[in-house]
Amino acid sequence: MATCAQPRHLCLAGSAGAVALATGRAASAEGPGRSGPLQDETLGVVSVPSQWRGVQGLRGETKSCQTASVATAEASVQTRRCADAEVQTEAVVPAGSPPAPQHDGPGLVAFLQRVEALMIRELNKNWQSHAFDGFEVNWTEPQETVTCLHTLGYPPAQGQGLHVTSVSWNSTGSVVACAYGRLDDGDWSTLKSFVCAWNLDRRGLNPRQPSAVVEVPSAVMCLAFHPTQPSHIAGGLYSGEVLVWDTGRPEDPLLWRTGLTDDTHTDPVYQVLWLPEPRHSHRWQVLSVATDGKVLLWQAAGPGQLQLAGGFALVVQQLPRNTKLKKPHRGETEVGTTAVAFSSFDPGLFVLGTEGGFPLKCSLAAEEAAATRAPSSVPLRAPAQFTFSPHGGPVYSVSCSPFHRNLFLSAGTDGHVHLHSMLQAQPLTSLQLSRKYLFAVRWSPVRPLVFAAASGEGDVQLFDLQKSSQKPTVSVKQTQDESPVYCLEFNQHQTQLLAAGDAEGVVKVWQLSTEFTEQGPRETEALERLAAEVAA
Amino acid sequence: MAEVEETLKRIQNHKGVIGTMVVNAEGIPIRTTLDNSTTVQYAGLLHQLTMKARSTVRDIDPQNDLTFLRIRSKKHEIMVAPDKEYLLIVIQNPCE
Repeated sequence: MATCAQPRHLCLAGSAGAVALATGRAASAEGPGRSGPLQDETLGVVSVPSQWRGVQGLRGETKSCQTASVATAEASVQTRRCADAEVQTEAVVPAGSPPAPQHDGPGLVAFLQRVEALMIRELNKNWQSHAFDGFEVNWTEPQETVTCLHTLGYPPAQGQGLHVTSVSWNSTGSVVACAYGRLDDGDWSTLKSFVCAWNLDRRGLNPRQPSAVVEVPSAVMCLAFHPTQPSHIAGGLYSGEVLVWDTGRPEDPLLWRTGLTDDTHTDPVYQVLWLPEPRHSHRWQVLSVATDGKVLLWQAAGPGQLQLAGGFALVVQQLPRNTKLKKPHRGETEVGTTAVAFSSFDPGLFVLGTEGGFPLKCSLAAEEAAATRAPSSVPLRAPAQFTFSPHGGPVYSVSCSPFHRNLFLSAGTDGHVHLHSMLQAQPLTSLQLSRKYLFAVRWSPVRPLVFAAASGEGDVQLFDLQKSSQKPTVSVKQTQDESPVYCLEFNQHQTQLLAAGDAEGVVKVWQLSTEFTEQGPRETEALERLAAEVAA
Repeated sequence: MAEVEETLKRIQNHKGVIGTMVVNAEGIPIRTTLDNSTTVQYAGLLHQLTMKARSTVRDIDPQNDLTFLRIRSKKHEIMVAPDKEYLLIVIQNPCE
């Protein structure tokens, strides 16, 4: 558009510009043709009408735009309040120290002076008085005699001639379980056997029909109910296996088993019991003792499997030699263990009964490795710390006193019960209770001076050391034909109940008379005296 | 205050005495020769029992009042000397 506008502009401006333009043209035109001399030339005015303006005028339109105004605002914030605090604990007041004296009002001295004479008079009077000697209050209807409450049995087991080898009360004290097996034949048998449980609190209790029956492929030698799970029960078999059943699942009662591995006992398991796992007091392990000289600790690992968690082995060479035992044979000789009892005061201390007849004091914390070549997945340790003087035959039962930390009882096939102190090898007293064997002895859970023993003559004997230290206070006939009683167990909850199992396959639940269930005055002191006097 | 301690010692050294404690009117022990938990238990329970015994005596005869309380149990004899501000409690083994 600028090139178009330029000529017109020049025309309007005047002649000089036009001349210059013409000259330029003439010169350039002259080059090629070499025409004549320069001459003036006048050009007509050309006017070119503007098309642009019209177009512009037609199409142009005015528009306007604007951005919205930017909004701004001002605000301020501030916390309204602040606070400072300081805390400090006060110095710990040692427990048992006398309370601060500022509690004493002025009246305390006066009060004590006022009542001292009165109190001392009463103390003297009381000490000298014999007013209450021999006075007994009868708060409850006294039970005069020991009576048989229930006679329980399982006919199919009795039909096979099986014996009751073990009884156990569950953690609630309302269920009693028994194990069927045989103690009199030392042979491997393929007879199937049973574990039966009766709930004594259930209405319509049928003594011939247990509330739970578990069939077991081999003779069951021992039973122990779980200390907190009312339906879990551990058992040891003649084959050496240890199993745990849940009687609350009748269709599939087996919970865990050890199976037959290198770790399993190779001899019959004579006793099982539950122990709290170290560092996890709510988890439990099963401890088993057997005549192969091993004491093994099992814990559940994986589905259905009991795994060895620890163990002990006893060999003759490693026993403490504080009593005269028979000369050991050459090489290792294991000591068959037949019974175990844990101290009520020291959770790591236990007493073992052995086939050799000597009880052993043992510790769970023992570190010394056992000198045994028996294969085992965990190293076995030698637990024995002290050997007590022997019975005349295998010890089938030991029981630690729940009221005295040093006293325990052992009963053996020589028909004697030995009352031992943990502190000396010789028994404090030795009582012959039977002309045959003794299979079980248990301290009463409520009376410090009472224990019960099961004899090979079919008697359950209750001993009250306060009444007599020579002969049983009460002896009840469990079996009519003098077949032996193999096991007995006090009920820890309903303390008047005692269960005993015998060779006829019968469990009898005895209700004890009041004299065996209520602690007399100063009985614990009498027990202390017994432990101290006889030892002196 | 040594006088208080001496008096309590004299009582404590009596034959068969197992424990001695002084309890205030709210049942809070202020002096004891027994361990903490036993003291708290004895103090709370015997304070209640003494108050109940006192109200029983006074309900029967408003002119009467409780002067002493003895409790004989199988194992112990518990003696309580009451007062408007304090109770003296002594636990004794009965005679042999």
